[in-house]
Amino acid sequence: MTEFTPPPDSASIVSVTDRVKPIALGMAVTSVHFIGPRAAFVGGEENVVFVDGQGELTRVAVHSGGILSTASDGKRLVMGGDDGKVVSLDAKGEVTLLATDPKRRWIDAVALHADGAFAWSAGKTATVKSGKAEEKSLDVPSTVGGLAFAPKGLRLAIAHYNGVTLWFPNMEGSAEFLPWAGSHHAVSFSPDNKFLVTAMHEPALHGWRLADNRHMRMTGYPGRVRSMSWSAGGKGLATSGADTVIIWPFGSKDGPMGKEPAMLAPLQARVAVVACHPRNDILAAGYSDGTVLMVRLEDGAEILVRRNGTPPVAAIGWNAKGTLLAFADENGDGGLLEL
Amino acid sequence: MSEATSQKIPVTVLTGYLGAGKTTLLNRILSENHGKKYAVIVNEFGEIGIDNDLIIGADEEVFEMNNGCICCTVRGDLVRIMDGLMKRKGKFDAIIVETTGLADPAPVAQTFFVDEDVQKNARLDAVVTVADAKWLSDRLKDAPEAKNQIAFADVIVLNKTDLVSKGELAEVEARIRGINPYAKLHRTERCSVALADVLDRGAFDLDRILDIEPDFLQADDHDHDHDHHHHGHDHHHHDHGLKHYHDEDMQSLSLKTDKPLDPNVFMPWLQNLVQVEGGKILRSKGILAFHDDDDRYVFQGVHMMLEGNHQRKWQEGEKRESRLVFIGRELPEEAIRKGFESCIVS
Repeated sequence: MTEFTPPPDSASIVSVTDRVKPIALGMAVTSVHFIGPRAAFVGGEENVVFVDGQGELTRVAVHSGGILSTASDGKRLVMGGDDGKVVSLDAKGEVTLLATDPKRRWIDAVALHADGAFAWSAGKTATVKSGKAEEKSLDVPSTVGGLAFAPKGLRLAIAHYNGVTLWFPNMEGSAEFLPWAGSHHAVSFSPDNKFLVTAMHEPALHGWRLADNRHMRMTGYPGRVRSMSWSAGGKGLATSGADTVIIWPFGSKDGPMGKEPAMLAPLQARVAVVACHPRNDILAAGYSDGTVLMVRLEDGAEILVRRNGTPPVAAIGWNAKGTLLAFADENGDGGLLEL
Repeated sequence: MSEATSQKIPVTVLTGYLGAGKTTLLNRILSENHGKKYAVIVNEFGEIGIDNDLIIGADEEVFEMNNGCICCTVRGDLVRIMDGLMKRKGKFDAIIVETTGLADPAPVAQTFFVDEDVQKNARLDAVVTVADAKWLSDRLKDAPEAKNQIAFADVIVLNKTDLVSKGELAEVEARIRGINPYAKLHRTERCSVALADVLDRGAFDLDRILDIEPDFLQADDHDHDHDHHHHGHDHHHHDHGLKHYHDEDMQSLSLKTDKPLDPNVFMPWLQNLVQVEGGKILRSKGILAFHDDDDRYVFQGVHMMLEGNHQRKWQEGEKRESRLVFIGRELPEEAIRKGFESCIVS
């Protein structure tokens, strides 16, 4: 509070703060996803809160404890909890129990495929359920840090210690191991299926070019990367973890090898969450001081969505058309912006 | 500063060789009527007889940090579990991490030093080691893990004292003191120790590194617990202070001077020492009086990791004395003493 920072609205920056519909969720929030027309804010425990265009709140109980992992395809949310359950929540607010870990272990990671298949992990075991087919499980050498489906085919990336295992659940003996020392958490395929990227325990990303498994090291972050988002068309990967938004170029066949990332929207605060616009070259970023900005990728032009002075922004997301932006801070105070 | 510390959730690490009584102590902590709720991270489900929805199974997955520091290992599972637990903040007051009987406590402690997110939310309170009075002497000979756990401890619960004679008890205590004279030692039967003696110790709190005198020199609980013993051999109650064992490979080393230290020599020396010998040094602590500095400087470390800070002003009449303690394996005593002496302002 004693810091000297010029009030953001006094600078030349364009502000749309007065167009934001404020939302008070009354719970700690970890992520937000649009399901149909409504924003679904996922709580740290027990509940999801839907917010419609009018700012009307509907609370839905989904887990009887902490919500540890969430994935969404725009039609439903799939979540894993510390109650050992995998549940889904659809646009109508209907909760379906998808699976229960027999030992009631924590469901650390979940992933959702465009065709409706889903995956979850508990401890070292990753399990996939696809349509009416039986569940298929694979044990990796250590606890699973993250899961992601490839954009094409039924292929699952399983991040763990010292690398990532790629697995076609419908092909016996198909597991392929991509080694890299260290602990790998979140994992993500580029939309063109050419690259795989993990956020590591240390402040770095690691990537592989899938054609030849060539390594890509993306380092230099002051803090751990907790949020990654592919730009429209997949040409860039925007990330949190620094006091600017770091965007790695993935447009060419070599990905970011030998290239500098773009560094946009510098503030005196750490970028906490990022979400790229689904259609245009714009992203939204939330910071550790509560600021929310929209940033144009081309030239870094900024629009202020929310001023600083609150807890860190914990969740940010766009609807599929890119006409609505939703966000919330760690305490559950957020907003909805219609463009 | 201390307010921020107090808001962090205290974490007690519970170690001890197989069969020493860790689970007994854990069950006692959970069942006693203290009005507090504990999240418990255990390595094996099912041993705890208490119904608690915040018991989490862990796998003790240790990995090396990619930071060029070879002994900088952390517990990856703890990082993950702490992250998940923080979603339920407010549902518990403290965390207890039980390790397996064969575990090295260092990666657990180091997790609280190096992981940014863990550090933001939680603070290591103390390493509590449960030891078996009957079998510890044997284990110290054949199990390096048992020795590690004693050397690392802030609190030692010497359990099953009813199964040994007074002489055997003095013997095992002397062996413990030969390795770690600084831990608080409590003699118990069936782990019946006051919970205040094992929980909320602040052993890693820089502000509470007040004195680093060996435990048995202080007027602590030792002197008044012989009424537990049956034959009234009151006159033997100094046994443990008289007998002295020097463990062949694990020792403690204490350094002291009442002359001021030169921070410009001392700091690089200490940094270099833990860089070079950090694999051998399990724990280190110090209170320092620097030349031309009216503040006490305190530090502590686990292997190569150090943290330190100016603590407070030296008080009027307080002896401006520097003290350092190292506990470790095959410590190069001569070199450390010489190095320390070279830091004294001449």
